[in-house]
Amino acid sequence: MSKQYETVIGLEVHVELATKTKIFCGCSTAFGAAPNTQTCPVCTGMPGSLPVLNKQVLEYAIAVGLATNCDITRYAKFDRKNYFYPDNPQNYQISQLYLPICRNGGVEIETDQGGKKIVGIHEIHMEEDAGKLIHDEWEDCSLVDYNRSGVPLIEIVSEPDMRSAGEVIAYLEKLRQVIQYLGASDCKLQEGSMRADVNLSVREVGAETFGTRTEMKNLNSFKAITRAIEGETERQIDLIEAGESVVQETRRWDDAKGESYAMRSKEDAQDYRYFPDPDLTPVSVSEDMLEEIRARQPEFRTEKMARYREEFDIPDYDIEIITGEKPLADLFEAAVALGAQPKKVSNWIMGETLRLMKEREVDASDLRFSPENLAKLISLTDTKQINSSVAKEVFEVMFAENVDPEQYVEEKGLKTVNDEGALKKTIEEVIAANPQSVEDYRNGKEKAIGFLVGQTMKAMKGKADPGAVNQMLRELL
Amino acid sequence: MANNISDETIEYVGILAKLELSDEEKEQAKSDMGRMLDYIDKLGELDTTDVEPMSHVFSVENVFREDVVTNGDERERLLSNAPQEKDGMFVVPRTFE
Repeated sequence: MSKQYETVIGLEVHVELATKTKIFCGCSTAFGAAPNTQTCPVCTGMPGSLPVLNKQVLEYAIAVGLATNCDITRYAKFDRKNYFYPDNPQNYQISQLYLPICRNGGVEIETDQGGKKIVGIHEIHMEEDAGKLIHDEWEDCSLVDYNRSGVPLIEIVSEPDMRSAGEVIAYLEKLRQVIQYLGASDCKLQEGSMRADVNLSVREVGAETFGTRTEMKNLNSFKAITRAIEGETERQIDLIEAGESVVQETRRWDDAKGESYAMRSKEDAQDYRYFPDPDLTPVSVSEDMLEEIRARQPEFRTEKMARYREEFDIPDYDIEIITGEKPLADLFEAAVALGAQPKKVSNWIMGETLRLMKEREVDASDLRFSPENLAKLISLTDTKQINSSVAKEVFEVMFAENVDPEQYVEEKGLKTVNDEGALKKTIEEVIAANPQSVEDYRNGKEKAIGFLVGQTMKAMKGKADPGAVNQMLRELL
Repeated sequence: MANNISDETIEYVGILAKLELSDEEKEQAKSDMGRMLDYIDKLGELDTTDVEPMSHVFSVENVFREDVVTNGDERERLLSNAPQEKDGMFVVPRTFE
């Protein structure tokens, strides 16, 4: 490749809002219900039914807009986007084209080189999700479940300001963090509560105009996004280098194969014939409404980090990780409020919690153990009722099923034996059984004591305090 | 008739509407659409410089509902409209992008 190319990326991010009900009707949005049990005439597009806007959707959308430095549209409207597809029972999706609720915002991200840059947000609009199509391989037909039809979404449309996969991930992480702090969504890519479509084009470095872009869909993990961006950049450069041109089209990423293919053929012209939805009234955002939402905005990460530095004696690195994910910060603060020492809570989060989250691929928002139980576990070790290796063992069980550590330790008989008589008896047995090690120790081999501590711990089935064992061993020798 | 609808336009509108029209129906649709556009063009004769675009017939705004579940399981009633159902879902022709 003789020429130098630059990748230009803009994102369309759909976020499912954490409301109890759908955007235009009182159907539940609870996850995992049997097909079509959370539907009504409105979200299944029955003629004559009337949609009414869920106020919480508007408030979440405005809150996200404020948190991403957008202008809030004071007079917003809904429009119909027309298309035929079985997941869309009305034959139109209610969305916002002409007067979206938020415009002209942006968030700051860190670039691959470690600098800072602003990724502009063109607009944020409210819209409804479509139903789910399940393909029945046996009978060669498709089945439709409308439980998801009408679930509220916001679509966050960025400016084409990103230049690499790293910047895209940084932008998505930033959005996720802000939205999680607001409690507006859990933003899980795998489960589809956050979905990103990537608009990508390439051009020669220094070119003024953009190249022809493609839109890529079906990206459900940061890894898939990174791979898709790399793959598509390469594909477009290859086309240009071969003297061919990039076709503007929507492509579907197949992560298993590591390649994308064109989704829509030419005769399926995309012409959505938007027009204002006459069933929904316009939304007028008053100064009072805006003030109320502003007043309710939570403490965001930067403020939280500053407060942690003030209040807690924990390393900066810990603060960065813990505040990076809202659920971790909530866990930390709740356990500390219950009286656990901040440094110890932080250690449990930074160590075992993150380790098990990674090992078992658990999201921070899916952590099962309560701050109460973490505080109890810390207190059990503080008072030397269990030693650290037992504590880790108990934590693993807590991590999996949120057991009460006090009860668990009691039931399983894991408490450290603090009975000096019993300990002494065991140590004397160990000394008698290991004359060689005893002699080594007496001849100045410090390491031998470690072996004897180990033997004693084994004989006590791990239920002794290694420090106490060490001390008593030295006394008896 | 001032508006003449071309063959290409009627073809395109047919695709968008997922309609397969016979030649006869195409001719009929062309003349119907032309007449509709002529009618709408009358609006262009008016001076609308200071007129706000109207998107809603009534001057109401901010009609909201609270985020409270009010609907239960109405699957039976919903599916009674389905020409064909399976496992609590609507059966449609195989659809895949």
